[in-house]
Amino acid sequence: MSTYNFAYLDEQTKRMIRRAILKAISIPGYQVPFASREMPMPYGWGTGGVQVTAAILGKQDVLKVIDQGADDTTNAVSIRKFFEKTAGVETTTHTAEATVIQTRHRIPEAALSEGQILVFQVPIPEPMRFLEPRETETRRMHALEEYGLMHVKLYEDIARHGHIATTYAYPVKVDGRYVMDPSPTPKFDNPRMDNCPALQLFGAGREKRIYAVPPYTSVKSLDFEDHPFERTRFSRPCALCAAEEVYLDEVVTDDRGGRMFVCSDTDNCENRRAAGHRGELLGETLVKQARDVRNGR
Amino acid sequence: MNSPAISVSGVAKQFVMHLQGGKTLNVVDNASFAVHGGECVVLGGPSGAGKSSILKMIYGNYRVDAGSITLAAHGHCTDIASALPREVLRLRQHTIGYVSQFLRVIPRISALDIVAEARRADGAEDEVARQDAKSLLARLNVPERLWGLAPATFSGGEQQRVNIARGFAASRPILLLDEPTASLDARNRAVVVELIRERKAEGVAILGIFHDEDVRDAVADRIVDVTTFAAQAA
Amino acid sequence: MVAETPLLSVAGLTRYYGARVGCENVGFDLYEGEVLAVVGESGSGKSTLLSVLSTQLEPTGGSVQYRMRDGKMRDVFALGEAERRLLLRTDWGFVHQDASHGLRMSVSAGGNVGERLMAVGWRHYGNIRTEAGDWLKRVEIALDRMDDKPRQFSGGMRQRLQIARNLVTRPRLVFMDEPTGGLDVSVQARLLDLIRGLVADLGLAVVIVTHDLAVARLLSHRIMVMKGGTVIETGLTDQVLDDPREPYTQLLVSSVLQV
Repeated sequence: MSTYNFAYLDEQTKRMIRRAILKAISIPGYQVPFASREMPMPYGWGTGGVQVTAAILGKQDVLKVIDQGADDTTNAVSIRKFFEKTAGVETTTHTAEATVIQTRHRIPEAALSEGQILVFQVPIPEPMRFLEPRETETRRMHALEEYGLMHVKLYEDIARHGHIATTYAYPVKVDGRYVMDPSPTPKFDNPRMDNCPALQLFGAGREKRIYAVPPYTSVKSLDFEDHPFERTRFSRPCALCAAEEVYLDEVVTDDRGGRMFVCSDTDNCENRRAAGHRGELLGETLVKQARDVRNGR
Repeated sequence: MNSPAISVSGVAKQFVMHLQGGKTLNVVDNASFAVHGGECVVLGGPSGAGKSSILKMIYGNYRVDAGSITLAAHGHCTDIASALPREVLRLRQHTIGYVSQFLRVIPRISALDIVAEARRADGAEDEVARQDAKSLLARLNVPERLWGLAPATFSGGEQQRVNIARGFAASRPILLLDEPTASLDARNRAVVVELIRERKAEGVAILGIFHDEDVRDAVADRIVDVTTFAAQAA
Repeated sequence: MVAETPLLSVAGLTRYYGARVGCENVGFDLYEGEVLAVVGESGSGKSTLLSVLSTQLEPTGGSVQYRMRDGKMRDVFALGEAERRLLLRTDWGFVHQDASHGLRMSVSAGGNVGERLMAVGWRHYGNIRTEAGDWLKRVEIALDRMDDKPRQFSGGMRQRLQIARNLVTRPRLVFMDEPTGGLDVSVQARLLDLIRGLVADLGLAVVIVTHDLAVARLLSHRIMVMKGGTVIETGLTDQVLDDPREPYTQLLVSSVLQV
């Protein structure tokens, strides 16, 4: 076995992070500062998420790590290996089997349950940062619940594009009080955060902030009365498993412009295919697929 | 009207010219006189005797060192010499009209707007104010092509006529006139005389300074010689 | 006869910077619809006074009382921070000398004007845009510039935008710090004309700091002349400028160049 402490961090650090997490849970959506440690990966590679996971991981936990919904991308693989080495915990790619899921930029399609914890990797925790560069000012705005500026951002979108063009990191109001950046997950995932049975934790390593959404907490996306929040719609189902109402990734198949749209959540896609669903690329004729799409299925 | 519209009582004023080593210039001392509604009193005396200064003190433009200047109108009596700035502003809005010697030009405001603004201060509607302003400017022979222009480029006489129009546009119980006919030809001097007579007939108390003897004779009911208010010792 | 309570009541207002006097023992009452000019040369304390009045600086002594919308006089420095910030965003306005200090330069003109509305809870995009458009028209900014950023505006336009941004919540009291400073003469004339009109139309109370006596004469009813941190003369604007009593005021008035 390695000479690392369980999950790499020393116990004192874990206690400090756990205290921050407790604070974060008791004030949903509020950014709690914490003493982020130097991790064996650079900033921008999920150090915040890793520290949160390291602080909460126990010997009996089952860990799943995804990056953009996939278990097999470089980032996800590295982090999973890291915890396998330093904590020796069981890992999995199946959402339903995991107790802790660390994610970069996506929420799994499968419904989460009580007892599961979702850990998000966050680059810039402050939702108003790009409009108000002063930290002193944004802190005050949160403290005094002055969120007019957030709507200015959405206003600018509509003025420039005719609709709210923010498609990821779409700001939300948590528990009716704090406005939060849900991390760069697509706005498609926002409704899944609302009233979720799982605990959602957010870690920003470089910015040194932790925030949280406790289970069954209201998370409402900001919008205007005449421009209500709309979920992204895809025009075709997944090319592999024919799933609809899931987030699709665009995959370029050749250098002649060919592309396919497939599930971003690899686990979900595998499960569906194992259950017999077939998408366009795996046997269903194009004609039947087109007919189904036209009939709204 | 029993109590006079304007009661000047024991008014004294001097200028202290600090930039000239503190030299004092006596303007008036122990000035007392009254003006009743419906009469036109003229201040007489040579240049520099303090006539303009007296008008300015009544308007609240100059401060008073001693004495009182009581204005009676709309059922109230106010000593403008000791009134708060707000009260002076209020008096200027409702009680005192003033035609100064020179028009102070404000960039971008047209002659018509200057006069209409004065009429609107009475509470008149926009359209009514503009109409009245137009007829007044026409009466004073200000060419129509000038109405929409700012007076900065007008001749002295044209500016003065706009000034007069503004002073006569609003109806106030007290009217102060400082050399209103100075740069006017005979035709326009006659118009001013008419305007003054009309106001007198309406019961307005008028106090004026007229350089021109003909105009003075045409309108004055009384002449007050300000040299009697000169300080005894220099 | 004059029984109304003032909108702003200042007494003994003092601010030191260590041993140095910023402003000392300043007092005045301001009523609705009144424009008060604070004039003086550099170092006179006029900017310090404005900063303290608008709560950007804490006073060393004295008080600033403001009559809130419910009619009560409140000490503005005794207000909670949330209340004070709300006041600054709704009932008060502040026009900076440099428009870029009072605008969000990377937000469109419409967004700049709409921000205060969104801050007080407006949530209908169409309504916000219409209201912002009305105000831009009032300050003579063409509607087709509504989605442009202030970076693309001239100095005069930025200043007019700043004014619109401040007035959209119909404040009763506006502070102005040399609003025409650094602008070309013709641009200045236009801006002053605009300010004059808006003040009259909206019945605004204004405290305007300026070193330009002509601006003071054009815009203000009352004037305070400051020197070395204290008010050395105060009264009606035309009174103080035409009949200056204090040696310094006389010097100031006589120093103004005639065109």
